[in-house]
Amino acid sequence: MKTESTPMVQFDNVCKRYGELVVLDDLNLSIAKNEKVAIIGPSGSGKTTVLRMLMTLESIDDGVIYVDGEPLTHQRQSGRLVPADKRHLRQTRGQVGMVFQHFNLFGHMTAIQNCMQAPISVMGMTKPQARELALDLLSMVGLADKVDQYPAQLSGGQQQRVAIARALAMRPKVMLFDEVTSALDPELCGEVLSVIRKLGEQHDLTMLMVTHQMGFAKEFADRVCFFDQGKIAEEGPAETFFDSPQHPRTKQFLQAVMQAT
Amino acid sequence: MWDWDYAWEILPILGEASLITLQATVLGFLMALVLGLILAVLRMMGPKPVRYLVAGFIEFVRSTPLLIQIFFLYYVLPQFGIAMGAMLTGVIALGTHYGAYCSEVYRAGLEGVPKGQWEASTALNLPMSVTFRDVILPQAVPPIVPALGNYLVALFKETPLLSAIAVMELMQTAKILGSESFKYVEPITLVGLFFLCFSLVSAFLIRRFERRLNRQIRLS
Amino acid sequence: MPPWQLLLIGVGSFGLALLAFVGLGLDEFIPGLLKGVVITLQITIGGSVVAVVAALLAAAAKLYGHAVIRAIASVYVELFRGTSALVQLFWLFYVLPHFGVTLEPLTVGIAALGLNVGAYGAEVVRGAILAVPKGQWEAATALNFSKSQALFKIIFPQAFVGMLPPWGNLFIELLKATALVSLITLSDLAFIAQQLNQNTLRTVEIFSLVLFLYLGLSLAITAGVRALEQRASRGLSRQRMDA
Repeated sequence: MKTESTPMVQFDNVCKRYGELVVLDDLNLSIAKNEKVAIIGPSGSGKTTVLRMLMTLESIDDGVIYVDGEPLTHQRQSGRLVPADKRHLRQTRGQVGMVFQHFNLFGHMTAIQNCMQAPISVMGMTKPQARELALDLLSMVGLADKVDQYPAQLSGGQQQRVAIARALAMRPKVMLFDEVTSALDPELCGEVLSVIRKLGEQHDLTMLMVTHQMGFAKEFADRVCFFDQGKIAEEGPAETFFDSPQHPRTKQFLQAVMQAT
Repeated sequence: MWDWDYAWEILPILGEASLITLQATVLGFLMALVLGLILAVLRMMGPKPVRYLVAGFIEFVRSTPLLIQIFFLYYVLPQFGIAMGAMLTGVIALGTHYGAYCSEVYRAGLEGVPKGQWEASTALNLPMSVTFRDVILPQAVPPIVPALGNYLVALFKETPLLSAIAVMELMQTAKILGSESFKYVEPITLVGLFFLCFSLVSAFLIRRFERRLNRQIRLS
Repeated sequence: MPPWQLLLIGVGSFGLALLAFVGLGLDEFIPGLLKGVVITLQITIGGSVVAVVAALLAAAAKLYGHAVIRAIASVYVELFRGTSALVQLFWLFYVLPHFGVTLEPLTVGIAALGLNVGAYGAEVVRGAILAVPKGQWEAATALNFSKSQALFKIIFPQAFVGMLPPWGNLFIELLKATALVSLITLSDLAFIAQQLNQNTLRTVEIFSLVLFLYLGLSLAITAGVRALEQRASRGLSRQRMDA
């Protein structure tokens, strides 16, 4: 039964293994509606896997993931939960959107076509409707003058902003950002981060982002989770997390990151 | 539909014809290997007019049907007083056609040798023949052996074209057997199977060689 | 070399060959030759259609089909790549009638050569589809495309450009292979050439010029494929026009 307090995203005892290697170990994570959560940690800690499983790009080995109160990775069948079939996945997946580290824009389409294609093919919108939606979103991310350009003609920051607009076109409830500035030249990060900030302020979106941008996380996120070796080693409100980390591993990690910048 | 007795009966005859097929294949490929190298060297290192001529020749041979080239040599050469049997003519046609293909493969191999090797040879004052024989070729050839192997298989599969000038290889033999007994199914199917087996075996061997080559390259 | 230049050389080669025929007093044979060219083109075009369809089906089967369908596709590919076009041609022409199926020579030519080139084409298609970066599939999943929507609208259009150069070579191989149908009594260009040779014994001129006719057709095909390549890649490899 869904209430106002039902978490938007819920990981219940989720495990992920690659053969012998345990990538995520009994993960329990609850994200409230419109909450902005930053996930940080060393590589191999499982943080990207969390996003990928939520986007159904990876299967889970144990546990259940819920989105907005309904199971995502499983479906209800005569009172029990069984692994979701393709139909169920397609029905529930649409609530989640993702922006990738390497943009993954469709190279054979212009910016506006990238944003229009999914609403037309998947949501059944007409071309004029989709075009209007795409123009709106591309204006919002500051690319109204580049709508007919191909990805190869855009800078990294511009491509990533198109990718954000493209994901938003499907009107997801949850937006996932997988190290979206890691592949960008430093001077282009700002334009992407300000779009994300704008999104957070102006839209009802639950946002989950894996990031190395500690400054941005501190200022923008509500909560920070530090992943280490497949578990959440520490989590807490963003304002206090960076100033007073408790766990030794967290302290170690943050120190190393500060030294590098 | 399928007469096992007849198939058994014609097997030895086809066996003999397969020797002719293999003969044409080996001789044709040897010529292709030699001609291909000559064309590649001329194309890369000859004077400019020669380079254009050779490039044009290669394009011409690769863009026109082998069958016509076979007919051309078969009918034209005697007019210039060169009277060879059909077999030899066929071998020359195959050797020329695939020599053109092989020359492109050689070119890729030669271009794959780092420029520094040429420069070091010059610095050591090695004569061109020695450079070529002892420095460049030994490095150019191994990586392209699989590609050359593929052309060997392709050449082998085109030997049936020689049936058009009555060389008694497999296809011609099968056709004659068929026309004599009116049973075409067995001869032609057996010939097909023979080619198929050889193709599959050689494709397997080439892939194994390729894998061994990659391992060597990675270790060095 | 840009497509229009190739086409020019091709048309030039073809036209000059015909002019040479006139110059050598062989102009009465030109209508016959041109009829042969028509047959050659019919088989080339018909065979190309068969090849493309067969290649797409076989590649799809090998990539996404159930085990049985994958096996059938593999057998098709290995069989037609492992035996030569002439063997396949003769088999369809001489052997099929014994199973009660008698096809016209033209159909045999188109079917045999089309299936032959299609087998090679299947590997080209498969390779090109597999070469599309995995991130494209992931983006498609993230946007909730179905697998077939992703394949048709996102993956295949991007695989298409990479396929064109090898397909160009395959179409030329098909053109060259059409000469083989002269051996199953079809009056294509090669057959007419043989006939002319036997009638006039002017071997050198006839075969040389016929070779130039084929060269012209070859270059025209290459020009066409090259032009298609340029159109299809207009978005993908455009240089950045702004900083």
